[in-house]
Amino acid sequence: MQQKIIVPIKKEVRDKIIEICNKFNNNPGELINVLHETQGFLGYLPAEAQELIAEQLHTSTATVYGVVSFYSFFTMNPKGKYPVSVCLGTACYVRGAEKILDAFQKELGIKPGETDKNGIFSLTSLRCVGACGLAPVALVANKVYGRLAPADIKGIIKEYREA
Amino acid sequence: MANYKYHILLCGGTGCTASESPKIKANFESILAEKNLTDDVQVVATGCFGFCEKGPIVKILPDNTFYTQVKPEDCREIVDEHIIKGRKVNRLLYENPENKAHISDSKHMGFYKKQMRIALRNCGFIDPENIEEYIARDGYKALATVLEQNDPEATIDIMKKSGLRGRGGAGFPTGLKWELCRKNAADQKYMICNADEGDPGAFMDRSILEGDPHTLIEAMAIGGFCIGATKGLVYIRAEYPLAIHRLQVAIGQAREYGLLGDNIFGTDFSFDIELRYGAGAFVCGEETALIHSMEGKRGEPTFKPPFPAQEGYLKKPSNVNNVETFANVPVIINKGWEWFSSIGTEKSKGTKVFALAGQINNVGLIEVPMGITLREVIYEIGGGIKGGRKFKAVQTGGPSGGCLTEKFLDTPIDYDNLIAAGSMMGSGGMIVMDETSCMVSVAKFYLEFTVEESCGKCTPCRIGNKRLCELLDKITKGNGTMDDLDQLRNLSRVIKDTALCGLGQTSPNPVLSTIDNFWDEYVAHVKDKKCPAGQCKALKQYVIDPEKCKGCTACARNCPVGAISGTVKMPHEINQEICIKCGTCIEKCKFNAISII
Repeated sequence: MQQKIIVPIKKEVRDKIIEICNKFNNNPGELINVLHETQGFLGYLPAEAQELIAEQLHTSTATVYGVVSFYSFFTMNPKGKYPVSVCLGTACYVRGAEKILDAFQKELGIKPGETDKNGIFSLTSLRCVGACGLAPVALVANKVYGRLAPADIKGIIKEYREA
Repeated sequence: MANYKYHILLCGGTGCTASESPKIKANFESILAEKNLTDDVQVVATGCFGFCEKGPIVKILPDNTFYTQVKPEDCREIVDEHIIKGRKVNRLLYENPENKAHISDSKHMGFYKKQMRIALRNCGFIDPENIEEYIARDGYKALATVLEQNDPEATIDIMKKSGLRGRGGAGFPTGLKWELCRKNAADQKYMICNADEGDPGAFMDRSILEGDPHTLIEAMAIGGFCIGATKGLVYIRAEYPLAIHRLQVAIGQAREYGLLGDNIFGTDFSFDIELRYGAGAFVCGEETALIHSMEGKRGEPTFKPPFPAQEGYLKKPSNVNNVETFANVPVIINKGWEWFSSIGTEKSKGTKVFALAGQINNVGLIEVPMGITLREVIYEIGGGIKGGRKFKAVQTGGPSGGCLTEKFLDTPIDYDNLIAAGSMMGSGGMIVMDETSCMVSVAKFYLEFTVEESCGKCTPCRIGNKRLCELLDKITKGNGTMDDLDQLRNLSRVIKDTALCGLGQTSPNPVLSTIDNFWDEYVAHVKDKKCPAGQCKALKQYVIDPEKCKGCTACARNCPVGAISGTVKMPHEINQEICIKCGTCIEKCKFNAISII
C-alpha cells in the first residue's frame, strides 16, 4: 500500500461505507459504483476504507486495491481544499500547457500528484476537459480558467490564498 | 413554441459554460422579466453550437442572428436593441476575416458553410432537457416506425445498406455488428453504449450527450429491438457531470412518456437503460475492457474471440456502439438508407464529427461529409493557421493515429484513406500543428499518454511502449544516435504485431508516422543536436545579440542561476554551461536582444 493511515476511520465513516455497500446489495459487480460513492463523500479512498469495502462485498482487499489503483479517477491521497488540475490534452499541449503546469508547480511548490502541507492546494494533470476552444485550460476548485499564460498563474493562486 | 415572438438560444456546452454562459442566461431572464417580456421571449440553454473559438454563442430566432463572444453585460443591449427595436447589435456579430464584413446568419460563415449535420442535427437547436423539443424535431419517430414494422431483420438490413460504420474509431459496419449479435440466441442480451470518451482533444460524444441525449436513447432502443435486448447500458465517464445529468433527465422523461420501460408504443417490446460510470481509463474504450469495467473489475481487455456478440457483459451476448454511431441511427431510419449512402465516399458513408483544435483560427466541433479534404477542413472551416504561421501537420486519431503532412492535404478524408496515409479516423480528434511544434516531442507526448494508460496486461504494450518513450526522451535531450532511430522503427513494428488489444496495436502509430513524414527533423535532433521547431528545451541555446544589448542588467539580475555576466552598459553574455533554459531572461529583456537558437 502506498500510504498508511494512522488514524483508523471513524465510526460514522464506517457506518456510511457499510450503508453504501448495502445500497448496492453488497454485490461485487457494483464495486466501481461503491468506490465512486465512497470517494464522493470521503474525498479519497484510504486503505482502511478499501479493506472495509472488500469485507462487505465478500471479495479480497487485493481486488479492491487492484481496481482503485487501475483507474485514475480514484485516489488514495486526500486532495487539497482547492484542487488544481491542468489539462494536458493534445489541444492544450500544442498551445503550451506544459508551461502552465510548470508555472503552477513553481507557484505552489508541489509536484503533480501532491498536496501541499496545509492541505490547501493539490496539483494534478488531466486529459481534456473538452474546452479545447479555450486552450490551454486549468481547473481550480472546479472553475475553468481558459486561454492561460504562465504569467496569469500567480494572480489566480493569490485569489484563492486570500479567499 | 409557437407562442413566443423570439427565442434566445445560448450555448450550454462545457466550453461556453466555462465562459459564463449560465450568467448570461440569468441576465437575459432577469432583464426580460424586468421589461415584462417573459411571455414573448423564451431563453433556452442548448447544446454546443460547435464554434467554440467564438464562444459564448447566443443565437436569436426566428431571424437566425448569431452573436459571438457575448459577455454577461451585453445582454441588456441585445434585449433593448434586437428584441425591442429589432436592430442587430453589429459589434457582436461575426466578422468575416477576409473583408471584415459582419455576417449575421451562421449559414453564411466559412465555419458552417461546408458542414453537414446529421449526428449533431439537434445540438444548438433544442433544449436538451425537454423531451418535447426533441419530439418536435421528429424525435422517437424512427423508433415508432421500427416497432410498427416489427421486423428487426429488415431494420438491420437498412443499417447494413446504409453503410454506417462505427464512429468510435475502428469503423466496423454497424448493421453487421447488430446482425452477429442477433444471431446468438440467449435469454438476456445487452445493448451497450460506449460513452467513455478518453481520447485527449476529442469531445464529440460529450457534445451529443449534452446537446441531444434523447437521440441516444431512441437509437439504443432501436438497436435493442434489432438484436433482441431488453436492457441498455451506457458506460459514461464520471468526469462528464453535465452529460450524466442531462442523460439522467432524458431517461426519466422517456420513461414518463412510455418511450422506455414495458410495452413501448403498446407493442411487446420492453427496453430500459441504466448508466454505468467509468473511472478514467483510456483502455476502457476497447470493448472487452469496457465490459470488464462495467462488471466492476479492472478494465483489462481480453483476447477476441469470443467477441462481445458471443460472450459479453455477464457472459451474455452484447453489442457495443459509440455515441456518435448511435446518433446517426434515427436519421437513417427516417430518411432512408438510400439518402444516407448517397453521402460520403465509396466505403465510408455519411458524415463524421471532428473536434478541430490546436494552432488553428476556428477551434470547435464540426461535422463534415466523408470525403471532404483536409485542406477544406483546415483552411475553409478552420479558417487557417493561427497567427498566419505555416501549416506543419495535422494529427488525427488521437494516441492511435498519426501525423499527416502537407502532401495529404488534398486526400479525401475517410476510414481507408487515413489508414493508407499512416493515421486513422479514431474518434475524431483533429489537432492542427504549425511550425512551432516539434514532431519528436509530439510523438513523445502520445507515448507518455500510452505508457500511462497501458493496462499492463501484455508485455509488448507495457514494456515496449515504455522503451519507445525512453528512446524518444533520449532524442529530445540531444543524446540520441542513428541506431536509436532504427530501434524505434523495429520496436514499433513488433508492438504493432504482438500487442493484445487495439490500444497496444496502434500505440506506435504516432512514432512511425512522424518518423516517416518528418525524418529530417529526427535526424536534426540526433546529428545536429538541434530542434528545428525550437521546442526541445535541452537543445535550445539562449544567446544575447551584442548589437541589441544595451547592458541594462535586467537579465543578469533576474537569472535564477547567475548564468549571465557583463558590466553595466556593456553587452552581456550567457554561460551555456550554467544556463538552465528557463526563459526568464527573454521575458525580462526590453530590447529583444535575446534569442533562442
